[in-house]
Amino acid sequence: MKLALGPLLYYWPREKLQAFYEEIASTPLDIVYLGETVCSRRHVMRLPDWLEVAKMLAAAGKQVVLSSQALIESESDLKSMRRITENGDFAVEANDMGAVHRLEGRVPFIAGPYLNIYNPQTLNLIAALGAMRWVIPVEMSLQSLQPLLHARPAGIETEVFSFGRLPLAFSSRCFTARFHNLPKDDCRFLCLNDPDGKTMRTREGKPFLVINGTQTQSALVYNLIGDMDSMKNASVDVVRISPQSDHSAAIIRLFRDCIDQRVSREHAVQKITDMISQETCNGYWHGRPGMEQISLAGNMNKESR
Amino acid sequence: MPPEHKLELVCPAGSLPALKVAVDNGADCVYLGFRDDTNARNFTGLNFDTANAHTGVAYAHSKGAKAFLALNTYPKAIGGERWKKAIDQAVDLGMDAVILADPGLMQYAMKTHPGLHLHLSVQGSATNYEAINFYHEHFGIRRAVLPRVLSFAQVEELSRGTSVELELFGFGGLCVMVEGRCSLSSYVTGDSPNNCGVCSPPKAVRWQQTPMGMESRLNGVLIDRYADDENAGYPTLCKGRFEVEGETYYAMEEPTSLNTLALLPELLRIKVRGLKIEGRQRSPAYVEQVTRVWREAIDQCVKNPSNFDVMPAWTALLGKISEGQQQTLGAYNRPWK
Repeated sequence: MKLALGPLLYYWPREKLQAFYEEIASTPLDIVYLGETVCSRRHVMRLPDWLEVAKMLAAAGKQVVLSSQALIESESDLKSMRRITENGDFAVEANDMGAVHRLEGRVPFIAGPYLNIYNPQTLNLIAALGAMRWVIPVEMSLQSLQPLLHARPAGIETEVFSFGRLPLAFSSRCFTARFHNLPKDDCRFLCLNDPDGKTMRTREGKPFLVINGTQTQSALVYNLIGDMDSMKNASVDVVRISPQSDHSAAIIRLFRDCIDQRVSREHAVQKITDMISQETCNGYWHGRPGMEQISLAGNMNKESR
Repeated sequence: MPPEHKLELVCPAGSLPALKVAVDNGADCVYLGFRDDTNARNFTGLNFDTANAHTGVAYAHSKGAKAFLALNTYPKAIGGERWKKAIDQAVDLGMDAVILADPGLMQYAMKTHPGLHLHLSVQGSATNYEAINFYHEHFGIRRAVLPRVLSFAQVEELSRGTSVELELFGFGGLCVMVEGRCSLSSYVTGDSPNNCGVCSPPKAVRWQQTPMGMESRLNGVLIDRYADDENAGYPTLCKGRFEVEGETYYAMEEPTSLNTLALLPELLRIKVRGLKIEGRQRSPAYVEQVTRVWREAIDQCVKNPSNFDVMPAWTALLGKISEGQQQTLGAYNRPWK
């Protein structure tokens, strides 16, 4: 299985972001997705800046993909999307059907996780339009995925979001601006202060969701490192890790070691637990509510709820 | 107004009685679903079996109204035949259109029933004309229902980029998230609008009176807690109160309903084709009241758009049946964002 780094979902200062990708260049990743997928107001990196990072990573041997924005609302969003789909150098991850429309029949593309591919008919259709890879919806279980993999069209790779806070929802409302009592149009880019988003807790203090501008994520970290065997058996091709502000390089190495069976999955699960401060979940993969944690023995760990 | 530019009032029919009152009170179209997970209001006691659907479609047609079938969830890999069968049934029943979200299903409908009118569901998450034109070019969709995330200026801009008819939500429950792009419900309960046709499903809801107040929970997660003088609302999970950095508030959205009466002249000006009322899960009494208000408002606006005023009685009546008794223009009014 190949290892991919998903697009950075948070808004980081330029220096932090560049340092991050320089560190990433030396990790055992096969694929790196780049670009702003969440909010069109975020601007510390313009497309030419992303292309610079892309070239640096390509020179380090990574396959680079430019990701398009998930929620496209305006003519100016469409212009940014077209600049990405027509970049001419790097493959593109289409995160909305508008981007698919620009790419279909022209260049091979990656069908992103927000395209809602839930069945073999739609997977066939998207493959016929030129998708070389698809990313399954985050809520899809192994059991629901299997029939799609059995019937999948030749040549299309399957990628699974396997580590990080789950991107659960998009809105046109900015929840970070709402927290600060600011209108979105005058948001002052305060999400720059939240390198991993803002935690939203229930009224009894349990971490529940994370506010990341217009995106809502899980507060628990989705972690399928204990499920690499089932993924391999199902012939998943690509394992996606989502960038977090800490430990990303170490987590990437640990996933590589676990996939290559240099460490046991028990060891890998323990190491991740030691490394990160948040609790983890893996329910979706097991056909359960996403927030649940199914232990290696297959039991639900109620404590983590 | 020529028929091809007429603004159609599209009303929810969760049951046969609701369908009848909608038609009787001036709905141009009604939309309904079957009793299973092929539609996004998959609730116990709601929706139509084949016999009811037959009666409903016949009733609508006898009064000059159209009937649309909502098939707006994503077919599963196993059991996907149910969705195809529903398409075939829609044709047998004489439905005027089917409302679809899944491209694979659209392909089936187009190939199997080339004469069937296809509408793109709000669950298809098409928020720009490139996406709408994708569905138009591949499947010949006639109409697209827009997610409730665009400002009015963005809707107008979008309308210039496509020949596909547009349908907008006018009134009812308000999704703060982009429809078709929200898995919050399955994160907590396992079931989501995309995979099961439900959001915050009743089977996961628990109410409990505690010393700290009435608590509403969804699969164990505390969604809100109400003081004695507060009205407890249904725990739709994006409309609960949560704590962020020490502040407890409606972190995503207040319990409120969308109401776009004030925008009617503008919707007519840009030739919006469908005005959709949300609420298949609501009672026939709700459908009756909302349909009557909107019928009157649309008729007055068509007659005299430049002097259209929202009548206080309309607002008052709709206010009473709104979630949390509150109404908003939602994303159509940019500051909401």
